[in-house]
Amino acid sequence: MGIYSKPVVFAVLSAVVILIGTIVTVFVPLFMPSTQPVSPYVKPYTAVELEGRDLYMREGCNNCHTQTVRPLRTEVLRYGEYSKPEEFAYDRPFLWGSRRTGPDLNRVGGKYPDSWHYRHMQSPQGMFEKSNMPPYGWLASNRLDTGNSFKKISVLGYGYSAEDVRQQISDYKAKVTGPGYDSKETRDQVTPANLRGELTEMDAMIAYLQKLGRDVKNLEAAP
Amino acid sequence: MSETGYEYRVVRGFAFSALFWLIIGLTVGLWIAFEMFNPALNLTPWLSFGRLRVVHTNGLGLGFGLAGIFATSYYILQRLTRTPLAFPKLALAHLYLFNTAIALAALSLFMGMNTTKEYAELEWPLDVGVVILWVMYAINVFGTLIRRREKQMYISLWYIIAMTVTIAVLYIVNNLAIPVTLFKSYSIYAGANDANVEWWYGHNIVGFIFTVPVLAMFYYFLPKATGLPIYSHRLSIISFWALIFAYLWTGAHHLMLTPLPEWIQTVAIAFSIFLIAPSWGSVVNGYYTLQGNWDQMRSNYLVKFFIIGITFYGLQTLQGPLQGLRTLNAFFHYTDWVVGHVHMGTMGWVAMVISASFYYMIPRITGNDLHSIKLANVHFWLILGGQLIWTITMWIGGIQQGAMWKATNPDGSLMYNFLDSVTSLYPYYRLRFAAGVVYFIGILIFAWNLIMTVRKKPVEA
Repeated sequence: MGIYSKPVVFAVLSAVVILIGTIVTVFVPLFMPSTQPVSPYVKPYTAVELEGRDLYMREGCNNCHTQTVRPLRTEVLRYGEYSKPEEFAYDRPFLWGSRRTGPDLNRVGGKYPDSWHYRHMQSPQGMFEKSNMPPYGWLASNRLDTGNSFKKISVLGYGYSAEDVRQQISDYKAKVTGPGYDSKETRDQVTPANLRGELTEMDAMIAYLQKLGRDVKNLEAAP
Repeated sequence: MSETGYEYRVVRGFAFSALFWLIIGLTVGLWIAFEMFNPALNLTPWLSFGRLRVVHTNGLGLGFGLAGIFATSYYILQRLTRTPLAFPKLALAHLYLFNTAIALAALSLFMGMNTTKEYAELEWPLDVGVVILWVMYAINVFGTLIRRREKQMYISLWYIIAMTVTIAVLYIVNNLAIPVTLFKSYSIYAGANDANVEWWYGHNIVGFIFTVPVLAMFYYFLPKATGLPIYSHRLSIISFWALIFAYLWTGAHHLMLTPLPEWIQTVAIAFSIFLIAPSWGSVVNGYYTLQGNWDQMRSNYLVKFFIIGITFYGLQTLQGPLQGLRTLNAFFHYTDWVVGHVHMGTMGWVAMVISASFYYMIPRITGNDLHSIKLANVHFWLILGGQLIWTITMWIGGIQQGAMWKATNPDGSLMYNFLDSVTSLYPYYRLRFAAGVVYFIGILIFAWNLIMTVRKKPVEA
């Protein structure tokens, strides 16, 4: 009978059948404003934060940490204000995650000083004896590669010039390597002597973590 | 090539590739299961949990799953069309290229080239490779179907066609990205849209790799192994179209209570509930096929695998929609409950049906009897026991963690800090590891049994 003896017709019909749900729930929303709101308070990542984000991806941090706080009472109590779509306008890809082996990180920015993160990344078990997080001290032994930073920023369309990118990198380097850095002591402890005057992968990772949720705090503080 | 002209070398090649990647994927799985309660195994960056977890999921999903699908579908395709593969050399090239690609994929993930889109973590050059592999496969599927000698296409062929078409659409759309270098790219979608595209993909890649082709195996090998015709052809028609129609609407149940627009989430819930019907259509069809012949559960070692496998499929397709309900999802999401759910489907349904399909197929393409039915039975009980302990442990752990996250003191403050909820799971993680070892031993017996089968000299007539 009919289509069950016509493989090509059958394939075309299958394609039509699977495309209906796809078009309604996936393709149409791509062009709806509700899935891509923007807010003047949410700023793109700086070059250093973006490099940190790429390291977060490289190390698969998203396998254990989510980045979306749900509008549930205990969740807001634990992490802070629930996540809004405009916060993710510059996230390509999104990093919402699917399993909380560790806590959500969408509001971690500004929660702890940089020194806390240096110490924690170096040895999670040194801080929390029973933690199962892998240690990431070795990130401090890797010089940060900023060779593609401008290219990355251009692909993502963040609108910074090559000069802006250079400036962002040298500013952040000046901050963390300068004598006035509030987390200098801890950074020096975890960073090998020859890299103390350079930007390391650990520095970028922490810059990224400190960015998470920061813009929302500005939004809430706004009149 | 056999005397009938059927191309069986490629079937055998893919079957043993599947076994190889299964053992690799499970070894990595055991490693990360151990890391969950003892982080000392994060010895080097390459062996840290974040990188290894994607080697585990890709190794088993792409390596074991796809190789198992290719092995069985190249076999089913030829048998059901009564036609040799249209392009046997292309199929052999497909086999070699596939294993090269999976090896490179594992290597690239170990090195941290990870796009982070779940089950689509490979960077863009490997994505191109996957698309080429898929085209090579599709040419043989449609080439053979067009030349077929058997006019009517049996149920299994519908599922193979639907998979071939749908995987192509899913994979290409979700992996669209702009390259920065050879090893790095950025998704073309941002934020909520990227999430929506990803989970449309993520949910359906599971559907069209771990459900649709496994149903193709089930509908072919169950009647073959039992000598009984499928109970209802009409039911299989309804189930098929309803399944492939409804599946694509449901991805957003993975994004419940996130910043994705609420209507997309709600539509996904509705279609998830609807999906119970076509899923159970196949379950009922399987059970009723054995009507009056249930003694085969005892007398025919293959039937156990198929019937217990379809039972886990039935449980999986009930549990899934329930987890998708907003209230239950608020409790279970992000806990180990979901990890248990996934593993019931993969360890219980997919592995059971692929095991039995290989046990049926390998002796027939080599002309040897199965090395040992006794060992096949041991394999069955070990993977059944291992899987049950594994998944039930994770469900209990998930309920516990979900409850701890929600628990509040009388004054409204949180009762537990996050770390409490992690460390309280370590006893479950230890038990899960032990159950994984039991399962792994079962799989080693499976591999040994098939290796001994093909190494036997054919019996003289």
